[in-house]
Amino acid sequence: MMQDRLEAWITGHLALTLLAVDPVGLGGLHLRARAGPVRDAFLSRMPPALAPRRITPDIDDTALFGGVDIAATLAAGRVIRSTGLLSRPGTLMLTMAERCGPGLAARLAQALDSGAEQSLILLDEGADADERAPSTLTERLAFRVDLDGLRAQDLAELALGDPEIDAARTRLSSVTLPDEAMILLTETAARFGIGSLRAPWLACCAARAHAAVSHRNKVGEDDIQIAAQLVFAHRATVIPQGDEDAATPPEPEHDGDSGQDRDISDDLRLPQDMLIDAVKALLPPEVLAALSVPRTAPAGKGSGGAGQKRKGNRRGRPLPSRKGRADGQNRIDLIATLRAAAPWQPLRRKAQPDATGLLIRPSDIHVKRYQELSDRLVIFAVDASGSAAMARLAEAKGAIELMLAEAYARRDHVALITFRGDGAELALPPTRSLVQTKRQLAGLAGGGGTPLAAGLRMVADLAQRAQGQGLSPALALLTDGRANVPLPGRTGRAAAAEDAYLMAGLVAAMNMPGAVIDTAMRPQPDLAKLAQTLRAAYVPLPRADAQGLSRAIGTALEG
Amino acid sequence: MRQPFPFSAIVGQTEMKQAMILTAVDPGIGGVLVFGDRGTGKSTAVRALAALLPPIRALVGSPTNAATAEDHPDWAEPVSGKSHDVPTPVIDLPLGATEDRVVGALDIERALTRGEKAFEPGLLARANRGYLYIDEVNLLEDHIVDLLLDVAQSGENVIEREGLSIRHDARFVLVGSGNPEEGELRPQLLDRFGLSVEVRSPTDIDERVEVIRRRAAFDTQPEAFLKKWRAKDTKIRKAILSGRAALGSVEASDAALRDCAELCVALGSDGLRGELTLLRTARALAAYEGSDAVTRDHLRRVAPMSLSHRLRRDPLDEAGSASRVLRTVEDVFA
Repeated sequence: MMQDRLEAWITGHLALTLLAVDPVGLGGLHLRARAGPVRDAFLSRMPPALAPRRITPDIDDTALFGGVDIAATLAAGRVIRSTGLLSRPGTLMLTMAERCGPGLAARLAQALDSGAEQSLILLDEGADADERAPSTLTERLAFRVDLDGLRAQDLAELALGDPEIDAARTRLSSVTLPDEAMILLTETAARFGIGSLRAPWLACCAARAHAAVSHRNKVGEDDIQIAAQLVFAHRATVIPQGDEDAATPPEPEHDGDSGQDRDISDDLRLPQDMLIDAVKALLPPEVLAALSVPRTAPAGKGSGGAGQKRKGNRRGRPLPSRKGRADGQNRIDLIATLRAAAPWQPLRRKAQPDATGLLIRPSDIHVKRYQELSDRLVIFAVDASGSAAMARLAEAKGAIELMLAEAYARRDHVALITFRGDGAELALPPTRSLVQTKRQLAGLAGGGGTPLAAGLRMVADLAQRAQGQGLSPALALLTDGRANVPLPGRTGRAAAAEDAYLMAGLVAAMNMPGAVIDTAMRPQPDLAKLAQTLRAAYVPLPRADAQGLSRAIGTALEG
Repeated sequence: MRQPFPFSAIVGQTEMKQAMILTAVDPGIGGVLVFGDRGTGKSTAVRALAALLPPIRALVGSPTNAATAEDHPDWAEPVSGKSHDVPTPVIDLPLGATEDRVVGALDIERALTRGEKAFEPGLLARANRGYLYIDEVNLLEDHIVDLLLDVAQSGENVIEREGLSIRHDARFVLVGSGNPEEGELRPQLLDRFGLSVEVRSPTDIDERVEVIRRRAAFDTQPEAFLKKWRAKDTKIRKAILSGRAALGSVEASDAALRDCAELCVALGSDGLRGELTLLRTARALAAYEGSDAVTRDHLRRVAPMSLSHRLRRDPLDEAGSASRVLRTVEDVFA
């Protein structure tokens, strides 16, 4: 374990060095570490060639792109423009990158793509796997370094000197990349299931940078191996099949240090398996764990959608305007600004007798604020089949009534879909009315097969409609077992299961929080799998009353 | 700014390239939606296409790239009347852009410092006569997408807010891209994009290697690389220009119209936009290829991109809607 940590430290440094050599080609570095002495130590060894400028996730457009500096303009009485950080080439360091919103991510990605000679270092302090920097950005950066679990006393001193980095920079343009190297890296990326073509290209850049650092004018096998390790390890989505002894990767067969200096034109036949083993050895443990089960949450928080509504200052219910800065994102409340300035006019006029017009100071500026609250729609999809028995249905009804009772405070709407026999039924359209609900729920019937697929399809339809209306849907699926009725037009149990998973995929793509409540007497592994496909929490709840159910759903959906 | 990657050097992705070329031939087709994985060259293709098009002639200092003094909006500062060549604009619309920034708003700076009511044009003005590119259009807020599609269709941006009443030309080709895994676009919005194509990362190793190879050549020796592909780019540009000229004279027989209608009925696409776009795209393809009438072959080739996003989604059909369109085309044209 100790060895692994040290390895992370060393590869981190290597990545930093390579980045300093070719910042534009490599895009940047995604550093996952909590703030602390280890991260500070790592960043303090940053080669001066990078000299990053720090930005935070709430940086405004004016600071990034430049624009009219309203505060300075008002103070000076003439137009003053500020230059944006992106207008100068260099390295930006985004702190708290896990909180970076999709808007900023898109702008930074655009800057990285535009060839404006920018590179980016993301300081990602996410605590768990779900909390991470936006994938729009991480996809464009060559490296990821994970320093978690490292202790300050483990650290070793190993940075390259600046003159060496400068020399490597000048050498970089003359480093050639043999065709075989490109083929090798591309094939390796494909075998690790990396779809994006940026990965092999970034690896090519990394290999060139490494060759430049190692005083070579041609990319050799060491360069390729290191580039593949640095760039592919954290991107892998599958473990290449074919060799089961992944635990003990064979030692790469180097014949001593002299091997580095060989002319590699004809012996660049680094066996691909060896390269794959090398990358495998560096696969982070959590990736291996995630790969052993189907991928569960590729979207989620990593990408963030505009669908979730939040408090903003652009639309929604207006709030009183407040003093603020004009940063290009806010809308200035002119009336309030003038009102704030009005009482001071005589005083200011005395100070500036020759000024004409209104005398407005930056401190007068008021910005509009809006509050946008999104209502949540909890969709109950309840299995009303014979097996699920009437008791379950009654509990679901109870839970719905309980949730509705709190709905006003929590801004919840509730809808109920039941599925039984050969189809699904929207028993209760989205509503917040308790009275209406009670009346509707009274006459619900149960019995028949379990058409899970039909139920999920209706969930998807309803959720999509709800999203269109600005609601944030959430799903609570109550069932006790396997699907046994397929969608119309197909027959058989196998088809039923297949359809259910297909529809679950459709629901999962809508990216809503959810919970699968297993109401069977014994937890069903099938349902856990379905929950995984749905990207929903799995809650086995063999005996529940309405209150317990409501609580369980509440916690599962909050999480 | 460095030169964009040459359009003709983009490996594969023929459908995407074709769709983009057709909107360049006839901007009235109404935009392209490109859905696909990350790192498949979506944004590269848009930028490359704009670089390939001939520069437009615009008045110096005109905020909307107006070609003549009549087109120059009256709210803007008067211009000298001199014009210059500018490259076809490609404007990026970033996620999280405010409505103010997109449509334009009261010029706060002038309002506060000089007490004047003036209009500060937004991204739509700058995109006039060019391309508006939105990455991750599926994550853009719905009201902005709505607004964009409205403007794209009418070719005019109308601003009625903060005491301003202003309109200006905004004729642009909307190119949206996104990754469907991260969220869908509402069907109402889908339908209003003219064409839609799906791109995938190439699975063939040789093709992937070729992508990397060209990218390496482009990055290490940009001049040589650009020179190598210039001839092909020029060929495409000439074909686009002659296609634009020939567009009016391409004939669409009644039989072709009938084919369009039958196809759309067979596919059950809602509304009449399907037929209109199909015909328009087929016509653009015919013009681009130098034929003087729309044939079944043209229709067959553009049907997937102009119809696949207008179908009711059938989640059980794993093959995707494009192949469903193709199947129906074969049935109808049999």
